[in-house]
Amino acid sequence: MRLELVKRPQHSKLFSALSPFIAFALTVIAGAILFALLGKSPTAALYAYFIAPLTEVWSLHELAIKAAPLILIAVGLSVCFLSNNWNIGAEGQFVIGAVTGAMLPILYPALQQSMAAMPLMLVMGALGGAAYAAIPAFLKARFNTNEILTSLMLVYVAQLFLDYLVRGPWRDPAAMNFPQAPRFTGYAVLPEMMPMDGRANAGIIFAVVAAVLVWLLLNRMLKGFEVKVIGMSPRAGRFAGFSTTRMIFFSFLLSGALAGLAGISEVAGAIGRLQPSISPGYGFAAIIVAFLGRLNPLGIIAAGLLLALTYLGGEAAQISVGVSDKVVRALQGLLLFFVLACDTLIHYRIRFVSAVRDATEAKGNV
Amino acid sequence: MGNTPPGATSDETDLLLDVRGLTKTFGTLTACDRVDLDIAKGEIHALLGENGAGKSTLVKMLFGTLTPNSGEIRWNGRPVAIRSPGEARRLGIGMVFQHFSLFEALTAAENIALSLDARTPISQIAERARTLSVNYGLPLDPDAHVGDLSVGERQRIEIIRCLLQEPQLIILDEPTSVLTPQEADKLFETLERLRGEGKSILYISHRLEEVQRICDRATVLRHGKVVAHCNPREQTPASLATMMVGSSVHEVKREAAQAATGAVLIEIANLSQPAKTPFAMPLKNISLSVRASEVVGIAGVAGNGQGEFFEAVSGEVRQAAGTIRIRGVDAGLLGISGRRLLGAGFVPEERLGHGAVPGMKLSENMLLARHKSDARAFLRGGALGVIDRSAVEATTQRVIKEMDVRKSAEDPEASALSGGNLQKFIIGRELDRTPSVLVVNQPTWGVDAGAAARIRQALIDLTRNGSAVIVISQDLDELFEISDRIAVMSHGEMSATIPIAEATREKIGLLMGGADEAARAH
Repeated sequence: MRLELVKRPQHSKLFSALSPFIAFALTVIAGAILFALLGKSPTAALYAYFIAPLTEVWSLHELAIKAAPLILIAVGLSVCFLSNNWNIGAEGQFVIGAVTGAMLPILYPALQQSMAAMPLMLVMGALGGAAYAAIPAFLKARFNTNEILTSLMLVYVAQLFLDYLVRGPWRDPAAMNFPQAPRFTGYAVLPEMMPMDGRANAGIIFAVVAAVLVWLLLNRMLKGFEVKVIGMSPRAGRFAGFSTTRMIFFSFLLSGALAGLAGISEVAGAIGRLQPSISPGYGFAAIIVAFLGRLNPLGIIAAGLLLALTYLGGEAAQISVGVSDKVVRALQGLLLFFVLACDTLIHYRIRFVSAVRDATEAKGNV
Repeated sequence: MGNTPPGATSDETDLLLDVRGLTKTFGTLTACDRVDLDIAKGEIHALLGENGAGKSTLVKMLFGTLTPNSGEIRWNGRPVAIRSPGEARRLGIGMVFQHFSLFEALTAAENIALSLDARTPISQIAERARTLSVNYGLPLDPDAHVGDLSVGERQRIEIIRCLLQEPQLIILDEPTSVLTPQEADKLFETLERLRGEGKSILYISHRLEEVQRICDRATVLRHGKVVAHCNPREQTPASLATMMVGSSVHEVKREAAQAATGAVLIEIANLSQPAKTPFAMPLKNISLSVRASEVVGIAGVAGNGQGEFFEAVSGEVRQAAGTIRIRGVDAGLLGISGRRLLGAGFVPEERLGHGAVPGMKLSENMLLARHKSDARAFLRGGALGVIDRSAVEATTQRVIKEMDVRKSAEDPEASALSGGNLQKFIIGRELDRTPSVLVVNQPTWGVDAGAAARIRQALIDLTRNGSAVIVISQDLDELFEISDRIAVMSHGEMSATIPIAEATREKIGLLMGGADEAARAH
């Protein structure tokens, strides 16, 4: 018996929806095998990974904290990727957004007592992220440079710039020489939603609102149509009168702004101050989230939560089952692998060709 | 099923290729259904059929790129299984494709060397190619860069590449679709010479005159089945067309040409544009005006600047002020949307990836070309630009009905339609808004006879409503059928227009070959 892939005349709506779930199921099975090979109980390990973090309220709050930046960034990236602009530098835009947003509490500490502080910081963070994303956009539009390289390289520039700031001009004099900026206070702290239960802050609300708005943009508005046309067929886009140059700026500025918003939300919320490292690689993990969510903002909400869960589960499993935290990476890799593999089912169906029929066919050929 | 094949009863050993009951299915579609075909040694055999009739599938099975589901192929009386193009070549089957697979930056000899298995030195290949080109009357310089060659010359490279492998059977897929009449004549001489040497040729075409002229026998396919084996010389073009289409092809009706006196709707003045890539064609000082109720045809061999001309006129590539006026308004600086708002409509040559996004639904492709001109109907919410899907879908269904677009689903993706049906949709999309100027590039390229007739009739009908139409086409028959005046593009220049009453194939053919001095003096 052998398997054949037969192209479907139309892409399958059913499998578009099912493929992430099939992929997740396969990841769980592969994960169980992995744990069994490591000599751990698969059920205990999987429980620790995927169920335990969901059983306690404080842990759900942590889930929301981890998912918020992933979702915000991935939603912006989906617009980029759909329009064929490969912004890989969201991590850098995240950092610069955090820095520009933090200018207000650090340079004008008195303003932290004003109600306007938080809205201003958020706007400044978004503008900073957008401005930083404008650099690779301009280079691509003007000189046709490869945006993957330029945006990626700018990540390291941003990280080192932050490092310089918190060790140099912005270091908190009261921090005993620790490289960190002063802690935000007053209205410069992103409010927690339910302080009685856990730490989750308004960041997750920004993420969900951004996802819904971008979903509306992509699915209901001409601008979203333009994004998809240019991504699928730039020449047809030109025929439609759409400008690819304008689209480069639109997609980079939008994703940069959302990454910047995620950055300032993170430092004004979960972290509370600027420090040398403010992200465990959210900007890169968001690329996986964007694809897991099928570049659909609503799918990205689910994918962001799932990826956040593997982070939390990794920590939990390290403690309760005693597996290495590297297993998280393996599971994330498996998940991405299975999602991409299952996407084949959207355009192809699998046909089983039996050995008997194979033989008769071969005979017919002779 | 049809007439008995005349060759079927002759001595088996005379048959080079004998195909019996060849069947290929893709899912539920039977592309070839129990096809019989036999080709004798030293015969030019025509394979006729509309687009989608199964010609390509059949040929791919003969050339080893597809495996049949059932049926038998006999080669020189011996049953064979052809599993790859390499195996087909070893048997002695060569193929010249409709779309050339040549690297433009390499020389002719280098291109030929790429397809040969052996590690023969280039100089030796060049020498053999030169000898062959002399022997078969196919003039070719093996050291010329392909990018500098005309389409006819490129085809010669493909043919020589094929001949170098000394095939017994040569399959030619629509070889004349890109040639001038003169170039086609040359090709026919070569084919006759090959026949004289006892080689066999399978000639795929939908040009009936050619088939009658050079082919000894013909096999006609329709919907994957053989409908007839016949001698094309005993048939009329009309009877052959009827066999292909299954019903008689409807003739385009138009009034006798008369000097148009209406207003000039589109005026192109001194349009020049440098070549953008080494392989693009510059546009040189093109001027053309088209009046209301007039069809102007633009003939020319592919790659002489037609594509660049289309993009300049459509506004996909913006031009200097004053070079293009649409309904009296200077449109040179406007982009394609601005020109559409002036009442112009455009149909590009490439359907998938230019005129339509392959992976998008027809309704989305409706929006593609009309989001600006029909913004009031299709969009709501002002600056937000919210798409009114029901309005777009209603218009889409209206066009589908009007143009008789045949499809498998309510609103399928563009790539799911056959070429002819998608073209009907793309043309219908423009006709539906009754543009006052319509510019069409290759309206019926690769479209079957029935759909082509419908498209041509639609273009004529549009001019009855007072529109001006520019048709760029390589198909001279088509241009003679629908044009009031014909101009010819050659090397980026455009000849003066010739009224249809004075136009002859010879005149146009000479201009296509680049001899436009006489017309320029005019």
